[in-house]
Amino acid sequence: MAIQVREQNEPRSIAEPRSAHRGGGAPHAPPALEARDVRKVFRVGGRRPPAPGHVRAIDGVSLRVDRGEIYGLLGANGSGKSTLIRVFSTLLTADAGEVRVFGLDVRADELAVKRLINRVSVEASFFKKLSAMENLVYAGRLYGVGPEASRPRIHAILRRLGIDAGRVHEPLEKLSRGMQQKIAIARAFLSAPMLLLLDEPTTGLDIRSKREVQTFVRDLRDEHDATILLTTHDLDEASRLADRIGILHGGRLVAEGASEELTARHGAASLEDVFMALTGRHIDEADERGEAET
Amino acid sequence: MIASVGGQLGLAYAFVEREIALSKRYWAWELVWLVYGIVTSLSVAYIGLAAPAIAGASVDEAAISRFVLYLLVGTITWRFLGLIFEQMGETIAWERWEGTIEYTFMAPVPRLTHLLGMCGATLVRALAFSVAILAAVALFVPVDLSNANVASALVLLATGAVAFIGLAIGSAVFPLLWTEKGLQMAYIVQAVVLLVSGVYYPTSVLPEWMQLLSVISPATYVIRGMRAALLDGADVGGVWPDLWPALLVGAVSIPLGLRLFVWAERYAKRTGRLKRSG
Repeated sequence: MAIQVREQNEPRSIAEPRSAHRGGGAPHAPPALEARDVRKVFRVGGRRPPAPGHVRAIDGVSLRVDRGEIYGLLGANGSGKSTLIRVFSTLLTADAGEVRVFGLDVRADELAVKRLINRVSVEASFFKKLSAMENLVYAGRLYGVGPEASRPRIHAILRRLGIDAGRVHEPLEKLSRGMQQKIAIARAFLSAPMLLLLDEPTTGLDIRSKREVQTFVRDLRDEHDATILLTTHDLDEASRLADRIGILHGGRLVAEGASEELTARHGAASLEDVFMALTGRHIDEADERGEAET
Repeated sequence: MIASVGGQLGLAYAFVEREIALSKRYWAWELVWLVYGIVTSLSVAYIGLAAPAIAGASVDEAAISRFVLYLLVGTITWRFLGLIFEQMGETIAWERWEGTIEYTFMAPVPRLTHLLGMCGATLVRALAFSVAILAAVALFVPVDLSNANVASALVLLATGAVAFIGLAIGSAVFPLLWTEKGLQMAYIVQAVVLLVSGVYYPTSVLPEWMQLLSVISPATYVIRGMRAALLDGADVGGVWPDLWPALLVGAVSIPLGLRLFVWAERYAKRTGRLKRSG
């Protein structure tokens, strides 16, 4: 992909190479993401917690993601991954604890945090009658990038993701699920986020689309200045992409480390064995607490 | 400062552009609503033309013409104000159904700018619909505007739009908090406003308790003032008794609506309601 020259005051383009090494930056610079003792409880049936039946969706999670790192958050359905991502992306307020993005508090500095992050959710959320181009130009405008600047970027990112230029003006509802998800990823990168939150971005994709998305994410890690928090329940994906992996179970972070560290620490042959040893269940089994109101 | 205002206007324009693009893609539905608006307004006008036949008495032509215009001013002004009201609420509900609500609320757009953009988009649509309906109705029914004071009518309409924006922002809180019930609640509020605002009749015919409600509806003043301007040629000074209460309602309802919306957003974030449906 060609390297673009950024104009003064223009947000950093994804086409630019990373300026710092992974985990780099100034020696005392704050981490890309830091969560301390985050807790979230949801009511069930209108009862206030701690009434019987309430769901402790996140139970004292603390984690740190360094700049330029890909952090994989691994957990079964209902383990609290999406809830945590929603807290990090300012869509959900934690009951307790602190979340900082590049040193900024997600509650006190909400608008500044929003400028630094973007999120791709498991469902590609678009105006489905609008074309990819219309959706992406709109997304660009929301992040202060006008159509003149966004259109060339959109074409470049979509080309990189293997999307035929002839299809960018078709209504999104006519595109396959895989293509929609790629466009969701393109939308996230259009705003050149410093921290990208990928919430199960490859769930439901066919093998080929999954591989293309994974390659794109890995290339961004290798070539560009993006920190990525990736939630997944795909063990292979976590091993492939993540520098470090956190295992979430019952709303708690039960283990954290590089894939090899985790297997070595637990004397396991694979990440799947580690997961079984820590949680007592297979990753495809849903967490019995469910996602409550999350 | 100017750059900052320009930047915020650019952000607000994103919502206007998005709504225009959506209107183009849903053109068939827009056509349906337009035809529905024209037919409804025409039906009301024909009730006016049929007044002598319905009442079983002879009425002179000037009185019939005034009655028809009286009804048309009410129905078209209400169409304009009602569109502002319902589109604000529907936009939030629409974003839930489309699944884009999280993305919109996660974007680095101040809520005031977001709502300003939504109001701008709503005004463009409401104005386009109202002008089209008026033009279409004028083709079928003789509309006597020879005595009209268009300038004061436009001032009233602009004031009414501002006043209704506050109410509309307030009503958008319902679908923000409740996925489906919220929109139903907003429709109920809109229906009550229609009933008490004298859209088709003077509010003096309402029971006393309903007349109390009509006092707080900005539509009451806007529609009454519009009639004074378009039927009797009242100038801005002449419609002032209806203009200042509408301005007052706007001055109170806009900050109140914004405050309510911001509170509702915080509540939605605390309770996990800021999410797509389906």
